[in-house]
Amino acid sequence: MKKTGAQIFVESLVAEGIDTIFCYPGGATLNITDALGECDIRQIVVRHEQGAVHASDGYARASGKVGVSLVTSGPGATNTVTGIATAYMDSIPLVIFSCQVNTALIGNDAFQEADIVGITRPCTKHNYLVKDVKDITRIIKEAFHIARSGRPGPVLVDIPKDVSASLGEFKYPDRVHIRSYQPTYIGHTGQVQKAMKAIASAKRPVLYTGGGIILSDASHELTKFAEALSIPVTNTLMGLGGFPGNHHLFLGMLGMHGTYAANMAITESDLIIAMGARFDDRATGKTDEFAPHAKVIHIDIDPTSISKNIKVDIPIVGDTKNVLHKMLEISAEDKESFKDFQASIDEWLKKIAKWKKDFPLTYQRNGGLKPQYVIEKIYELTKGKAIIATEVGQNQMWTAQFYKFLRPRTMLTSGGLGTMGYGFPAAIGAQVAFPKSLVIDIAGDGSIQMNIQELATAVQHNLPVKVVILNNGYLGMVRQWQELFYKKRYTWTCLPSPDFVKVAEAYGAAGYRIDKEEEVDKVLKEAFRNNQPAFIDVHVDPLECVYPMVPAGASLKEMLLV
Amino acid sequence: MRHIISVLVENEFGVLSRISGLFSGRGFNIESLCVAETLDPTVSTMTIVTTGDDAIIEQILKQLNKLINVIKVIDFRDTDYVSREMVLVKVNADEKTREEILRMVEIFRGKIIDVSQKTYTIMITGDEEKLRAFLALIRPLGIKDLVRTGPVAMARGDKTIKMKDKQPKGGNGDG
Ligand SMILES: Cc1ncc(C[n+]2csc(CCOP(=O)(O)OP(=O)(O)O)c2C)c(N)n1
Ligand SMILES: [Mg+2]
Repeated sequence: MKKTGAQIFVESLVAEGIDTIFCYPGGATLNITDALGECDIRQIVVRHEQGAVHASDGYARASGKVGVSLVTSGPGATNTVTGIATAYMDSIPLVIFSCQVNTALIGNDAFQEADIVGITRPCTKHNYLVKDVKDITRIIKEAFHIARSGRPGPVLVDIPKDVSASLGEFKYPDRVHIRSYQPTYIGHTGQVQKAMKAIASAKRPVLYTGGGIILSDASHELTKFAEALSIPVTNTLMGLGGFPGNHHLFLGMLGMHGTYAANMAITESDLIIAMGARFDDRATGKTDEFAPHAKVIHIDIDPTSISKNIKVDIPIVGDTKNVLHKMLEISAEDKESFKDFQASIDEWLKKIAKWKKDFPLTYQRNGGLKPQYVIEKIYELTKGKAIIATEVGQNQMWTAQFYKFLRPRTMLTSGGLGTMGYGFPAAIGAQVAFPKSLVIDIAGDGSIQMNIQELATAVQHNLPVKVVILNNGYLGMVRQWQELFYKKRYTWTCLPSPDFVKVAEAYGAAGYRIDKEEEVDKVLKEAFRNNQPAFIDVHVDPLECVYPMVPAGASLKEMLLV
Repeated sequence: MRHIISVLVENEFGVLSRISGLFSGRGFNIESLCVAETLDPTVSTMTIVTTGDDAIIEQILKQLNKLINVIKVIDFRDTDYVSREMVLVKVNADEKTREEILRMVEIFRGKIIDVSQKTYTIMITGDEEKLRAFLALIRPLGIKDLVRTGPVAMARGDKTIKMKDKQPKGGNGDG
């Protein structure tokens, strides 16, 4: 039986097991919008297309499934670009469907035409223009396969309106075959053995792990491996939750706002075991002085990440989970090589314990309500069981420092691109995936206004996301740099905000305000118990800074402490 | 360091833009780029001449491999290969110089493919060195116009490009 392209599209999503999409309509989506009207796929209509992509991204990060969004041509499509670039930098599996003007009009500067395939080429893992109705099923199958396999990433599929109107057959392929795409999952055994030899003879080893651990679902294996050999672990921002934040082997995050113990451990280490991390400049500081005494083992599924920023001694291309399995096997079998290992790293562990004790993360409690205190309270009240999204800026760094992430997929943050406005829609997406979980966006007064319109989406769909606004009256992170490096000239960064309680109420959500430390516990408890979406406007010390801090371009050991 | 890389790609629209976008976006050099269909019409070869130290070339090769439409990347660093380029060059040719030009074209086994009152248009093919030598000789006569194709390259001997699928590599390192 012949079906329209739009019907074929919908059936393809169903065949792919998609039960939720985030979307926004327009002229070019109408065929598909109409066809979706008659199916069981949950459709969350957002208020801005950037919100749709971030929501699908939050859904993907929290659930491990591919996030799906659908938007119209032209401005609808261009509005997705920040969302796509955010997911691309953090390797999040998304499929973004954009609709396009009629094939015959493409290239004519038609109304609401944008070359979205051209625009998104450098920020997607791959993208497609569907030129013929008979290609829809194959392209959708490939798009989902590419998005979720290898190093995951966003894939955009552009569907012209005449293609969604044309008639064709629905037959969903059961296999994908892309001759030019075969990711490497299995780590080379010889290299893994070499790595294990290096580990056996190390005296000051550190595991440096990133988002790859979470993407490959390897946090259980990582924890087992670290425990088996008592190797301390530091996480990148993207890696938080990949190793329990309350574990005695955990050093905290490394890098620009990393802990003293993590940055010193890297600096004095003789062996860095990097897994699913890409040596981003915010993590390494000055690369010439990064881990100057260490050999580097690097395990990553993406060969381009290896030896890109830091020269690697033992590269292993493969899936971190798979490679960790092999490493665990070798460490269990090769008792001989590891028999003196514990004794030989003992001094190292003692040194680290002392760093942790002497220089813990801390903040001064004088002068007003401290944002760090609020985050500690959120951790205490949620016992680390909430799903936390963040915006970007100081709010993000304090969350990374003071909330202990105990499980993977509980930290949703724009690490690579640093997108203000990411956290709130991402939290909405996570809440859609986990309706019963407590989902909190830890926000800044600046960032929340970048996608504040999504409160209407949350209210409409009864998604009880809690937004804790650490309201310092500043674009705080930029202000911090001005304080430290631009003689306290706060140009552009002191911005008045609306009354967030009233804003929340106007949207039909709950609004709370906190001014004093004594109110924090009570009001947060009440807001978290409430089954409505809520803004909690917390007026914190406006001039608080994030410490420790490694100034941009300095080496990790040059930390400014509190 | 100058390097020739051959890239086998799916013969689809947009692929050239993916490759050139990769080079411009990451700040890699393209000295020349030459694209055409292969024996298999679903596949094109791009021959790219680029420059960079070993680490940069390594990144270029890996980044090219990472593109979904790239079937195979051939780095001629580790292979014995032949390469040829074609140049069209229009030179001043008057009564005094015509003879000399003709002789040089013959020595270099080129061809005169167009003639006017005042000019010759010469076609010449060869490897980089030969072309450089020829152009150096002809330059004093007055080059009016010059177009180069950029080189194409192929492995020497029996070696051919295997068109099998991209294999998952047992990453003994850099994949
Ligand atoms: C879309 C976007 N624009 C600009 C920036 C640059 N930027 C980084 S942090 C920051 C300030 C954020 O202010 P706020 O949300 O109030 O957070 P705070 O640092 O005060 O916690 C800015 C402007 C960014 N990261 N993203
Ligand atoms: Mg602020």
